[in-house]
Amino acid sequence: MTSLSNDVLLESRGLTVRFGGLFALNELNIDVRNGEVLGLIGPNGSGKTTFLNVISGVYSASAGKISLGGIDITREKAHNISSYGLSRTFQRSRLCLSLSVFDNIALGAQRTLNNGLWHNVVQRKAFAAEARKIAEEARELLGVFNTALPDKLFDPAISLGMIDRRRVEICRALIGKPKLVLLDEPSAGMTHDETDQVVDEILGIRKSLGGLTIIIVEHEMGLIERVTDRCVVLNYGKKICEGKFRDVAADPVVREAYLGQA
Amino acid sequence: MTPTSRTLARGPVWPLFVAVAFAAVALTALVLIENQKLLGAALAITAAVCFCAARFGGVAATEVAASENPWLLRGLLTLASLAVIFVLRDDNFGLLMLATVLIYATICLGLTVQMGYAGLTNFAAAAFAGTGGYTAAMLGQQGGLPDALVLVCGGLVAVFIGSLLILPVLRTRGHYGALTTMAFGVMFNVFLDANDFFGGPQGLKLPGINLFGWDFTNDIHIFGLVLSSYVNYVILTGILTALAMIFVGLLDRSWVGVWFDVVRLDETAASVFGLKIAYWKVLAFTLGNFLAGLMGAVYAKMTGFIAPANFTFGDSLVMVSIVILGGIGNRWGVLPAALIVVLLPEKLQFIQEYRLIFYAVLVIAILTMRPDGLVARRVRKLHTEASA
Ligand SMILES: Nc1ncnc2c1ncn2[C@@H]1O[C@H](COP(=O)(O)OP(=O)(O)OP(=O)(O)O)[C@@H](O)[C@H]1O
Ligand SMILES: [Mg+2]
Repeated sequence: MTSLSNDVLLESRGLTVRFGGLFALNELNIDVRNGEVLGLIGPNGSGKTTFLNVISGVYSASAGKISLGGIDITREKAHNISSYGLSRTFQRSRLCLSLSVFDNIALGAQRTLNNGLWHNVVQRKAFAAEARKIAEEARELLGVFNTALPDKLFDPAISLGMIDRRRVEICRALIGKPKLVLLDEPSAGMTHDETDQVVDEILGIRKSLGGLTIIIVEHEMGLIERVTDRCVVLNYGKKICEGKFRDVAADPVVREAYLGQA
Repeated sequence: MTPTSRTLARGPVWPLFVAVAFAAVALTALVLIENQKLLGAALAITAAVCFCAARFGGVAATEVAASENPWLLRGLLTLASLAVIFVLRDDNFGLLMLATVLIYATICLGLTVQMGYAGLTNFAAAAFAGTGGYTAAMLGQQGGLPDALVLVCGGLVAVFIGSLLILPVLRTRGHYGALTTMAFGVMFNVFLDANDFFGGPQGLKLPGINLFGWDFTNDIHIFGLVLSSYVNYVILTGILTALAMIFVGLLDRSWVGVWFDVVRLDETAASVFGLKIAYWKVLAFTLGNFLAGLMGAVYAKMTGFIAPANFTFGDSLVMVSIVILGGIGNRWGVLPAALIVVLLPEKLQFIQEYRLIFYAVLVIAILTMRPDGLVARRVRKLHTEASA
C-alpha cells in the first residue's frame, strides 16, 4: 500500500458547518490523496460524521470549499454528488429493511441503470438483463465476505443480523464503482472478532478493486492502525493532528483530546 | 409462507382454481342477493372462508400458485369475469355497482403508486377523478372528439391540475403535503358549487360512451343472448382495471418500483445514491392522477350525470381507506377492499344512513385484526427476472 500517487482526490478548504451557534466543523483543511485510506478519528461529537455528511451533500457547508477530482462540489446537491464517484455507508445503518438485499444493493448502481418508464415496464427483456448483471455483481461482492450472504440475495434485509447488514451496506457503496468511499464506523455494533473480520474484508475488497480511495471513521483504534495509510484527528470541529497512525497516537495533543473527553 | 428453498418442487395449482372460483361465486352472490338476512349469511360465510384460508395456508398456497403460473391466473380471471357477467347479464343495478367497484379499484391502484410506493399521501383522489369527469362533460358539450380521446383527456387534465399542486406538496414535508392535497380536495367542491359555468350544484349531463363506433347504450346480442347495455361498462372498466393491474405490477417489479420504495423509506439514502427525490415523487403523482382522471371520466359518462356531490372530500377519504384496508402497497388488496367499501353500503340498507360510521368501524375492525390490511404487501423478490 505504499505505491501511492500523491495527487489529491478530495480537498476541503476552510470548510465550516454550523448548527446554530455550534461549529460542528471549523475552518477545516483536509486533503485526501488518490488511492489512500485515510482514517478520520476524534472524540465523540468532534465532527467526523458531519464531515462525511457535508462532502456527500447531506448537509450543506456554511463556509469554505470542497472539491472532488478537481471539481468544486460545495454547492452540489446530494443526488448529483454520487455521479462524481463518491459513495458511502452510514453510522446508523440505512438499509431499507423491508426491501430485499438485492434491491438495496441495486440502489448503489442506480446511476448505471436505465430508469426510463418504457424500458422498465415494456422492455422487460432488457430490464431482466440489467437485473441479471446486478445480481451477478452483487453476488461477487458479497462473495468477498466468505459467508452465506450471496445465497441470501433475495431475502429481506430485515432478516439479516447486524454484521451482515453492515456488509450489505458496504457492497451497496461499492457496486457503483466509486472512486471515493466513505465508511462511517463500519465496526459499530460488532464484537471484537467480528471487527477483525471486517478489517480483513475491507482490505480484501480494496485489493480486489485496485486504486479505491477510502475515508474511514472509527473508534476502534486497532482497526484504524491496520487499515489506514494516514490519519486526521478532529476535535471540536478542528483538525488537531495529521500523519501516520503511530505518530498521531503518540502526539500529546491527541492524547489530551481523548483524555479530556473522558 | 414463502417457499423456503428455491430448489423445492413447484407448489400445487389447484388452490388457484379454488380461489378464483370462490371469488367469482362470492362476488356474484353479494351482488345478486337482495334479502337482507340471506345477504348477512353470505357475508358471514365469505368472511369465515377467507379467514380460514388465511389461517390455514390457503391464501399463501394461492399466492405461490399465482406467482408461479401468471398466465393461468390471467386466463382464470378472464373466464371467471365472463361467468360473472353472464350470470348478472340483465341485472342493471348489479352491473352498475360492479363497474363502480372496478372504477374505485382502479383509482385506488393509482393511489397505491402514490401512497404505497412513493409515500405521497393524496387526500384528493376523488377531486382528481372529478377533474376527469368534468373534463369529459365539457368536451362532450363541444362534441367532435372521439370518446377514447375524451377519456384520455380526462386523465391528462387531472395530471395538469396535479402539476399545479405538486410544488406545495413537494415543498412541505410529511403531514403538510397531505394537508395540501386535502385543501385541494375540499376546494374542488367549493369551486364547482359556486361556478355556473360548470353547472353549479346541479351538475352537468353528459352522453354515454361511444367507443370506436360502438354505442354503450346498446344491449349486446351475442350467441342468442341479450346482455344489458351496462355490460359494456363492466367490460370496459374490467379491461381498464386489468391493464392498470398489469402496469402497476410491472412497475413494482422494476427499478422504478425499487426507487419509489427507497424514496419512501429513506430520502437520505436515496439522494446519496443519486435519486432525485422530487422527480420520483412527481412521477408517482402523475401516474396516479392520470388513472384517477381517466376513471373519473369513465364514471361520469357511465352515470350520464355529474355534480360536485359525486366527488367530495369524503369520497377521497373512502379511496384512501380502500388502499389502507386492502394493505398499503399491495395492488391485489384494493379489489376486495373496493368491493367491501363500495358494495356493502349499497346493499345493506340499514347502513345507508350510517355510512361514515360504517366505514370507521370497518376500518378499525379490519386493521385491528390485520394491521397490514386484508392482503399485506410482500417483499419484492426480483429473482425471476434476475435469473431468467
Ligand atoms: N443535524 C444536526 N443538527 C444539530 N447539531 C448536529 C447535527 N449533526 C451533528 N450535530 C452536532 O455537531 C457535532 C458533531 O457531530 P458529529 O455527528 O459529526 O460527531 P462525530 O464525530 O461523528 O461523533 P460520534 O463519534 O459520536 O459519531 C455534535 O456536537 C453534534 O451534536
Ligand atoms: Mg459520527
